[in-house]
Amino acid sequence: MKITFDWLKEHLKINSKEKDLLEKLTNIGLEVETVENLSSGTELFKIAKVIKTKKHPNADRLKICDVDIGKGEFKKVVCGAPNAREGLITIYAPPGAVIPKTQTKLVVAKIRDVISYGMLCSESELNLSDESEGIVELSTSKYQKKIGHRYFLESKTNTIDLSITPNRPDCLGVRGVARDLAASGFGKLINSKEKKIKSNIKHSLKVKINKEKNQGCSVFGSCLIENVKNTESPQWLKDKLISVGQKPISAIVDITNYVMLDINRPLHAYDADKIEKGLIIRNSKSGEEFSALDNKSYKLEKDMCVISDANGILGLGGIIGGTRSGTELDTKNILLESAYFKPRSIRNTAKKLNIDTDAKFRFERGIDPLSIEEGLNKAAFLIKEICGGEISKIDIQKTESYKINKISFNPSLFEKISGFKISNREMIKILDDLGFKSKKERKYFSLTIPSWRPDITQEIDIVEELVRISGFEKIKIVDPIKERTRSTLTKSQKLFHFLQRSIASKGYLEAITWSFSDSNYNDHFKGKCEDIRIVNPISSELNVLRNSIYSNLIMYMRKNLDRGFKDLSIFEIGPIFTGPNPGEQNTVICGLSAGKKSRLSWIDKERDIDVFDVKRDVVQTLVEAGYSSEKFFIDDKTPKYYHPGKSGRLFLNQDKDQAIAYFGEIHPNILKKIDLKTESLVGFEIFMDNLKLTDKTLNNQKRKFEVSDFQKSERDFAFIVSKDLKAQDLINVVSNIDQKLISNIRIFDVYEGENIPENQKSIAINITIQSNEKTLNDNDLEKINNLIIKTVENKTGAKIRS
Amino acid sequence: MSDLKKIKDDFLLKLEKKLSLSEINEIKTNLFGKNGLISSQFKKIGSISESEKKKFASELNLIKDELQNQINSKINEIQSEEINKKLKKEKVDITLPERTFVQGKIHPVSQTIDEISSIFSEIGFSVEEGPDVETEYNNFTALNTPDNHPARDMHDTFYLDEKKEKLLRTHTSPVQIRTMLKDKPPFKIIAPGRTYRSDSDQTHSPMFHQVEGLHIDKDINMGHLKGCLNYFIKEFFEVKKIKMRFRPSHFPFTEPSAEVDIGYEIKDGKIFIGEGDKWLEILGCGMVHPKVLKNVKVDSTKYQGYAFGIGIDRLAMLKYGINDLRAFFDCDYRWLNHFGFDPLDVPTNYRGLSR
Repeated sequence: MKITFDWLKEHLKINSKEKDLLEKLTNIGLEVETVENLSSGTELFKIAKVIKTKKHPNADRLKICDVDIGKGEFKKVVCGAPNAREGLITIYAPPGAVIPKTQTKLVVAKIRDVISYGMLCSESELNLSDESEGIVELSTSKYQKKIGHRYFLESKTNTIDLSITPNRPDCLGVRGVARDLAASGFGKLINSKEKKIKSNIKHSLKVKINKEKNQGCSVFGSCLIENVKNTESPQWLKDKLISVGQKPISAIVDITNYVMLDINRPLHAYDADKIEKGLIIRNSKSGEEFSALDNKSYKLEKDMCVISDANGILGLGGIIGGTRSGTELDTKNILLESAYFKPRSIRNTAKKLNIDTDAKFRFERGIDPLSIEEGLNKAAFLIKEICGGEISKIDIQKTESYKINKISFNPSLFEKISGFKISNREMIKILDDLGFKSKKERKYFSLTIPSWRPDITQEIDIVEELVRISGFEKIKIVDPIKERTRSTLTKSQKLFHFLQRSIASKGYLEAITWSFSDSNYNDHFKGKCEDIRIVNPISSELNVLRNSIYSNLIMYMRKNLDRGFKDLSIFEIGPIFTGPNPGEQNTVICGLSAGKKSRLSWIDKERDIDVFDVKRDVVQTLVEAGYSSEKFFIDDKTPKYYHPGKSGRLFLNQDKDQAIAYFGEIHPNILKKIDLKTESLVGFEIFMDNLKLTDKTLNNQKRKFEVSDFQKSERDFAFIVSKDLKAQDLINVVSNIDQKLISNIRIFDVYEGENIPENQKSIAINITIQSNEKTLNDNDLEKINNLIIKTVENKTGAKIRS
Repeated sequence: MSDLKKIKDDFLLKLEKKLSLSEINEIKTNLFGKNGLISSQFKKIGSISESEKKKFASELNLIKDELQNQINSKINEIQSEEINKKLKKEKVDITLPERTFVQGKIHPVSQTIDEISSIFSEIGFSVEEGPDVETEYNNFTALNTPDNHPARDMHDTFYLDEKKEKLLRTHTSPVQIRTMLKDKPPFKIIAPGRTYRSDSDQTHSPMFHQVEGLHIDKDINMGHLKGCLNYFIKEFFEVKKIKMRFRPSHFPFTEPSAEVDIGYEIKDGKIFIGEGDKWLEILGCGMVHPKVLKNVKVDSTKYQGYAFGIGIDRLAMLKYGINDLRAFFDCDYRWLNHFGFDPLDVPTNYRGLSR
């Protein structure tokens, strides 16, 4: 919504400065977005003199002019005007200037191999007149001494652009803004003197609002103006429209626009001669078509509010007029419309047809239903003044009458909400200034709500008005109390926080990627999930909700590898989606590592990063988070995007309730498909929602502190086992032999090949044996050794290696 | 001269010379071996008369100790000499690089969320969460933004079905609804999280982060709202004083509503929060609308309070001098490394939010 201080002053008696105005506007909730000087940019157009002309070597009609632009500066300009001649005083536009007519910005240009610095302008290009033959000729006597000066006068007018919140349709007119300012003590609102149409001329066009369900129009006011002569608008009107960024068209259109901008009363002018046998306001039928003033043709759905005549649709009520009945310069008789369209109907229609117009914007927010006659009066008189003609009587058709809205307001609510006090008298004053009619009834105010304030329906709305106008700076700060009655984070939030930092501490950089993904990537990782499509994605590359964090992470990993980085670890903790409904999401922490360990190290041997690196990160993180690794159970059933032989899934215990994590090499086929090049790529996913949380406090989670100081002894065993035997099973067998004596088991060698039969392997383990009751003697040790060998051989088919 | 004295003097003399370890061992055997000179003297003790015995024995012990000490110190000397010799050979170029290490980092948005949580924790807020996919009802209708409300146009919403009943939440405010439906007042929560709007340009990203705040109790008014935000902004930017401006605005779910600007200035291309005469919008807030309270079955004649919504990414940009919002989600290794935080850098109240 654009206004100028001058226009405001037509409604507001005021002595203050524009600077104070800007601050006040923002303080009462009419936020000033930008302030722009109307003449900004015109200072570039300079009075200049052509010193010398010379024919362009490569074009017959072009000349190269040496132009004196003042202050001893001269420019070469290529010009095609026949009147460009030595001694001519004209207007020069330098590179950077914007030509008013075409709105194009000049640049230094090569015209047929000759460089031209700027341009000499015609009157038409400067919007001074329609004269486009040749460049401007300024009188020598008048301008001889002004060479180098600006041609256009500097304007003092600033265009102030306000951001009006959707609840304030009344402030979409200059008068509404003025009213708010006056209420806040910034000037005094000038009473508008409304001149009423008194006419004996009959309104000869029949208008009818069809009574039907969902009729979007409740009032339709109109008058005829006959024998007008439509013309260009007078300068004052043009200036006014230009000052708020509107383009003047013709007097009749300009006047309806002016009234709309002034008092937020949209109007529409029809060429009355093009209306066939009166107007009918009705609901559209499905499939009806009409061509609108935006040069588009619309196919309507059922029940849209249309203005029609005997030949069909003339316009979409309150949204856009049609080409068939539009006014033109030769229009003689006009019908002026001033109506009330219901916001819901406007919004539905505009949304379905995807039309956005100024009228629609205003009607969907709510137009003052009592401004119908005021709008007709104001516009009709202006038309008569500018275009002549005879005004008919006003005709008003109604299907509903306006009901006065009242509200009972308890003034004590103000302090209860705002925390500060103002007197009842001040409240009444503010509300009166805003147009409320107030009456005190015992403890309450009985308030009549102004017809232009559809946003006010309950007491809290009144509080808002009072706080806004009194000023938010009056609210006193109440310092917060430093007291905590509930813990800040829940157990699972603490776990989230812990896992995030635990993974990062292992050398992973945290990334945050979008929750949506490219279905081409997501397809690799979605498993059994259905695509969760976004109906209106921002681009086809972001068309589904991610079923896995890998979908995004691997793409960014590739981008980073393409940047030339080789050894990288990144992770993200966030949601993945399992279905399209609220809550069908899980929190996952997912990481990827690429490249080598110890690349180009002078001291360590470099090697590819592998599945046991990533397994360590997962296990260590879980252990750090408080889970006991002794109970972990691991198998090799992993989703298809992992390397089938080099990946695993982890359970917290042997019950295999829910997998807590997957880890492993990413399937080489996927790397090939997405063209990701690295020596090795491994990754992991930890499913936070599957991690069981304990209710115990940290203190209760710890076991009693018990250690044994009796001598411990270590024994090594090498077993020949079947190649399929899992190390995990071997360890389980051993640890279950005597949990009181066997305190630690380590695998220190795995070997297959020479000296080992085919399909078998050798596993060497180191076992720590310690009692917490006594020092074990040779006999005890021998007994346990034999038991270990016997049990392992029996349970796994192993043979001790001699 | 007695035998003993002679042995002592002879051997002390021998031990003064420079000796090898084997030579010392030889001396040791000569003295203390089975038939060593000292050992033989000890064997004599039995045959000496009672009167002499005591004197002889004590003398012998003294000599034995002295010789033994001398031998031990001689051995130590040689051993440490040998170690020193060995160490001299073992000298490395200590300026060679250490074994490689990698440093992980926490994303600035995560760090900022932790900072925010830490600040609000101090004044009694707890952290709530809600799903990213929401119902149209929780995201709009329950928040007093019915279908025909023009404010809906300001939220360019991603939908998951043609009927527009399921969507990606456009703000964190639906967590207010979920929290109030689930529990009974009072409520004092913040809800940080991901939010989505189908908007993408230099300053908008289709996904961004917000933190919602909600405080409902019997007598919470706009003074408390101002106090809470004033405290938060000061703590967050780690400044003693803050210039703050409440500007009336409109949100369907709060009334009265305000937008909050903070004062700033730019010195030498750096932004300074809390001073200067420029204003920067950082959040929206207001008193929770009675209709919202009604929708979640809270009696608005008994309970009232405030809510606010803050853009987390923007706060992070301001505090840590990050210019481009889009880079947050671009996952550029160099950017993550540059703007990320060490995982041990956990924001807490006692050690301060940042280093």
